[in-house]
Amino acid sequence: MPALAPVAGGTKVPSGAGVQRRARTAYLLLIPGIAWLGLFFVVPLVSLFFTSLQAPTGTPGVYQPGFEVANYVTAISDYWPQFIRSFIYSGIATVLALVIAYPLAYFIAFRAGKWRALLLVLVVAPFFASFLLRTYAWRTILADEGFITTTLNALHLLPDNRILNTPIAVIAGLTYNFLPFMILPLYAALERIDPRLIEAAGDLYSSPFTGFRKVVWPLSLPGVVAGTLLTFIPASGDYINATLLGSPQDRMVGNAIQTNFLQFRDYPVASALSFIMMAIILTLVFVYIRRAGTEDLV
Amino acid sequence: MAASGEVQDLRLVNLVKSFGDFTAVDDLTLTIPGGSFFALLGPSGCGKTTTLRMVAGLEAPTSGNILLGDTDITNEKPYKRYVNTVFQSYALFPHLDIFENVAFGLRRRGIKDVSGPVNEMLDLVQLGPMARRKPAQLSGGQQQRVAVARALINEPGVLLLDEPLGALDLKLRRQMQIELKRIQTEVGTTFVHVTHDQEEAMTMADTVAVMNKGRIEQMGAPVDIYDLPKTAFVANFLGQSNSVAGTVQGRSGDDLIVGAPGGSYNVPAARSTRQEGAILLGVRPEKLSIATAGSSAAVPDRHNRATGKVTDASFTGVSTQYLVMTTWGDEWTVFEQNRSVDLLQPGDEVVIHWAPEYTFGLDVPSGE
Ligand SMILES: Nc1ncnc2c1ncn2[C@@H]1O[C@H](COP(=O)(O)OP(=O)(O)OP(=O)(O)O)[C@@H](O)[C@H]1O
Ligand SMILES: [Mg+2]
Repeated sequence: MPALAPVAGGTKVPSGAGVQRRARTAYLLLIPGIAWLGLFFVVPLVSLFFTSLQAPTGTPGVYQPGFEVANYVTAISDYWPQFIRSFIYSGIATVLALVIAYPLAYFIAFRAGKWRALLLVLVVAPFFASFLLRTYAWRTILADEGFITTTLNALHLLPDNRILNTPIAVIAGLTYNFLPFMILPLYAALERIDPRLIEAAGDLYSSPFTGFRKVVWPLSLPGVVAGTLLTFIPASGDYINATLLGSPQDRMVGNAIQTNFLQFRDYPVASALSFIMMAIILTLVFVYIRRAGTEDLV
Repeated sequence: MAASGEVQDLRLVNLVKSFGDFTAVDDLTLTIPGGSFFALLGPSGCGKTTTLRMVAGLEAPTSGNILLGDTDITNEKPYKRYVNTVFQSYALFPHLDIFENVAFGLRRRGIKDVSGPVNEMLDLVQLGPMARRKPAQLSGGQQQRVAVARALINEPGVLLLDEPLGALDLKLRRQMQIELKRIQTEVGTTFVHVTHDQEEAMTMADTVAVMNKGRIEQMGAPVDIYDLPKTAFVANFLGQSNSVAGTVQGRSGDDLIVGAPGGSYNVPAARSTRQEGAILLGVRPEKLSIATAGSSAAVPDRHNRATGKVTDASFTGVSTQYLVMTTWGDEWTVFEQNRSVDLLQPGDEVVIHWAPEYTFGLDVPSGE
């Protein structure tokens, strides 16, 4: 780079060497993150992949390196109902969470005024108690003799006369447990919308509902996409809710992985289940993001 | 289009808007004739935007009424009002391209074929080639023109413009001023144009209202307000003024005789808001003539005169602006046409003089 004369005001254009040094600093700062990911994400993933292809040795719980594609066949043929349940339960939970979270996030972003910070703390407050404990608490809330079940039964609204140990309880638990992951991205997206845009829509002959549909909703789509992914992905892999709130007929893929790993000590099938799950979710996410077209927004 | 027939007057009646115990708009009453170009002029924070927001329905008045024609629209929902706004902050929809931004109002009113009017409007604001860009890809001035186009295309009964030209460079600003004025004449819509650029207000508007601290100080045709301001605030906000405080000492014919530090001055009684007691005399800088103290004999007898010393002379081509320190210690400004090449120099003793009918008399503002 040729030497440049100082520009007006005395500020100097950074020299070529300076730019290079800054770029090198940026890379240096990336090293801890890359090392972390390499050690705790890539290495286990590779090891999991090899495990999923291991062959039995005859001794239960001991396997040898191999290329047992049959593990994958077993995983699908034995556990396809769990896969389907996983996606149905977490899909319904995601939709419910979106329906519950959107008005709440909207209120916090546009209407809460000085209560905004407090409400946001309340949204994350459940995290102060353990996930397991909170899910146990739902057993009490939904128990057969509990207030909710008896009330709904009195109104003849429950097909099985109970909630606990049914898919409804599992879905309710998933919705509850992952709700903050829906609220927070939605709030972040809504909070960025200039309220004057809503005024402008009203000024341009939009009723409040049309204004919402044409302005607020499209502008909040990045939050909707982020929130649904952050809810759907962990919910579909969850096994605690199905274990504690569902019956043995309501088990999900997470349960299958857990029993294979810890009870049957069938590590290859458990790993194959994990890999299939990962592949399905990645595909779904990819299709979803393409459809939502987030790159066009904002 | 959405036209409900003839253009109607916009009337604000005893309009008040308070935020807590702060009164942003204080008992505003005014009538804006249908089809007129009305400018609301005032310093920052005087309540211009708040007034417009109440007319648009975006802010509920604390008390008072807004009428369009004979219809009271005070409580009408904004999306039902026959009023559109060009927002001070543009408020363009970031997720829609320029075309869709401009088409927004038409589409909401169920108009199917929007491409004709939208393209026409985009050509009008010279943004035709940018139709498919997003607002973030436009410069500030281009965004501002989109905001104007987006409101204007609806041909509302009243168009509210909140400093719509603030971000434009001088050339484009002039061009848009002419354009806006032309459109206004053509469509006959009532324009309420908020600005703190007094020149813009005076060149564009039929009627100018000067606002200060939530109140209208004075309202009228630009020429009239400029020629005869009714308050010291208006005299200084709209153009420049020189002033001197004095006391009415008597009458001579139609004139009041005022005793002030520099001597005795005449002011037509009809041009004074006060007929006795303390008074503030004012005169515009371009109404003054300036001469060297030595040639004071040539000053017409009937002229008011003040003496002083030139402290600064700045040559601007067409005219020269002099700052003169008067004998009583005020600094006066004089604009003198450059008809000769002999300029006065700082330090020159001079006499300033002007015809009494250029003088105006005002109430002395409290605190002065
Ligand atoms: N929502 C609000 N809450 C409290 N005070 C407000 C609010 N909106 C406006 N104000 C106050 O009301 C006064 C008038 O505001 P307004 O926006 O009408 O000024 P303006 O004349 O448009 O000024 P500018 O030329 O700077 O745009 C200001 O002092 C402002 O601080
Ligand atoms: Mg304003």
